[in-house]
Amino acid sequence: MFDIQTQLFEGEHIRFGPIDHEKDAEIESKWTHDSDFMRMMEIAPARPLSVALVKKQYEKLEKELDENKNQFYFTIRAREDDRLIGKASVQWIEWANGNGFLRLGIGEAENRGKGYGTQAFRMLLRFAFAELNLFRVSAIVPEYNVAAIALLKKFGFVQEVCRRKSLERDGRRWDLYVFGLLRDEWQYSHAGDLQQAEA
Amino acid sequence: MNDIFSGKLVRLSAFDPEEMSKAFSRWSRNSEYFRLANSSSRPMQSPKQASKWMEEEVGEMSPASYFFTIRTLADDKLIGELNLDVVDWSGRDAFVGLGIGETEYWSKGYGTDVMNILLRFAFTEINLRRVTLTVFEYNPRAIRSYEKAGFQHEGRLRQVLNKEGKRWDMLYMGILREEWLERHTQGAVTGAG
Amino acid sequence: MKDIFRGDLVRITNEEPDAYAKANVRWQLDSEYGRLLDSESVRMFSEKAIKEWSEKNFQNSKPERHQFTVRTLAEDKLIGFFGLYVELVHSEAWVGIGIGERDFWSKGYGTDVMNVCLRYAFLELGVQRVSLGLHEYNPRALRSYEKAGFVLEGRTRKDVLREGKRTDTFWMGILREEWLQKNGETL
Repeated sequence: MFDIQTQLFEGEHIRFGPIDHEKDAEIESKWTHDSDFMRMMEIAPARPLSVALVKKQYEKLEKELDENKNQFYFTIRAREDDRLIGKASVQWIEWANGNGFLRLGIGEAENRGKGYGTQAFRMLLRFAFAELNLFRVSAIVPEYNVAAIALLKKFGFVQEVCRRKSLERDGRRWDLYVFGLLRDEWQYSHAGDLQQAEA
Repeated sequence: MNDIFSGKLVRLSAFDPEEMSKAFSRWSRNSEYFRLANSSSRPMQSPKQASKWMEEEVGEMSPASYFFTIRTLADDKLIGELNLDVVDWSGRDAFVGLGIGETEYWSKGYGTDVMNILLRFAFTEINLRRVTLTVFEYNPRAIRSYEKAGFQHEGRLRQVLNKEGKRWDMLYMGILREEWLERHTQGAVTGAG
Repeated sequence: MKDIFRGDLVRITNEEPDAYAKANVRWQLDSEYGRLLDSESVRMFSEKAIKEWSEKNFQNSKPERHQFTVRTLAEDKLIGFFGLYVELVHSEAWVGIGIGERDFWSKGYGTDVMNVCLRYAFLELGVQRVSLGLHEYNPRALRSYEKAGFVLEGRTRKDVLREGKRTDTFWMGILREEWLQKNGETL
């Protein structure tokens, strides 16, 4: 198993980092113009955001992180040049019950399908279970997000709820799935991950 | 999922108050644009004044209000802006306001292209039941453009505008969800992934 | 048009932050009530704090939030509340309901409130679906909501820890077409 010396924030090709208020806003503003990405990531309507507005959102987020203490946020960065390629967070944490919700996204299409999402998700899970000591984590995905569903299943998540016809897009209604993973289930599958991570 | 922000000639992009307040000031110096965009005589705002209220409204990110700028696909040039305001959620009706400030892009199909993108957004992302707009009687170019996009004439406020010593009507036009879906069935349902 | 503010046993109102605060400050002393209602750890608020919250939230001036108090028809007694939070773009409403007066548990009041609430949501707000969550340890509510037409859509496993025991949260939903059919409405 891991001990405190094994890095939480380092992956093979990517690493977790803080928000870079100067550099990241421009990249994230571009993501918001990609309606395909936004409709996968968000239930709220897609809308393009200016660099200035993204910067304001970062400020608002850091204030919330500081005040509410029920959310942890990381940027996902390429190891080679430290550029922003995605984001990952544990949110809506209920400490007394030991729960949290996971969110993760790789912003540009050309950075997907390369294993970055898998690496980042593995790190996020370890952070949630072995650092935040959560008992279970959940993820909410629309039925059309086939890639996210595949990733969750790969990590052993169980589809627990089907919220029928909860969201509407492109002239039809879609189901929203809630997936859950318990710490026991993560620990059991983790041994295999450990070998992979060390390789 | 398709790219819902792009059309044939233009794409919708973010509304940046600083960039837009400068653009508005520039475009408003053209009195023809100014009179087509505004019903009452209004003093021209300084970029700083305009920027402040825009920042607040755009920054609010209310589910009832959406602001966009319009950029050409060919050379990414900023040519105009538009906004969508939901009037009422039980009727699921919204007002659209659109302005193309760069006059060399008038009468070339840009207005219709923008409106098509906007209507797709209104009906397949905000899930509205209808979209409404008002247009001045003395703006036949825009009226034609909206008719091409599928808007129907629904009525007029008679003689409500006062320009060049004459009285003019304000026209109401509207398009229903079913009407739009019928015109664009292959764009409406994309399936999963 | 029917009076949508009246059920068979109760009626709903929303002009009373004062009365609600007075009742609520009492109801919160019953920890079983709090634990049935929420998954957040139970806590206590002053009457002043509740009144301030109520004044803000009972205004019903925002389209996404609708909050009501519930009074019995027979004695005009304030016995509970319900709230609807609407996801406007997707037309989905989340409902939370509570009967704070213990004497009115297991007597059909909860079901009546839910029926009034659903009618309001579907016929007045015009939503496409109503959702809710409830605790595994609240079988009374499960029965009541099933009677009102909700379908059990799943359970998030072991997401609540109380008294050293882990329990699930049940999630239920009712679609517009299901409710209309059940209630013989042709709208």
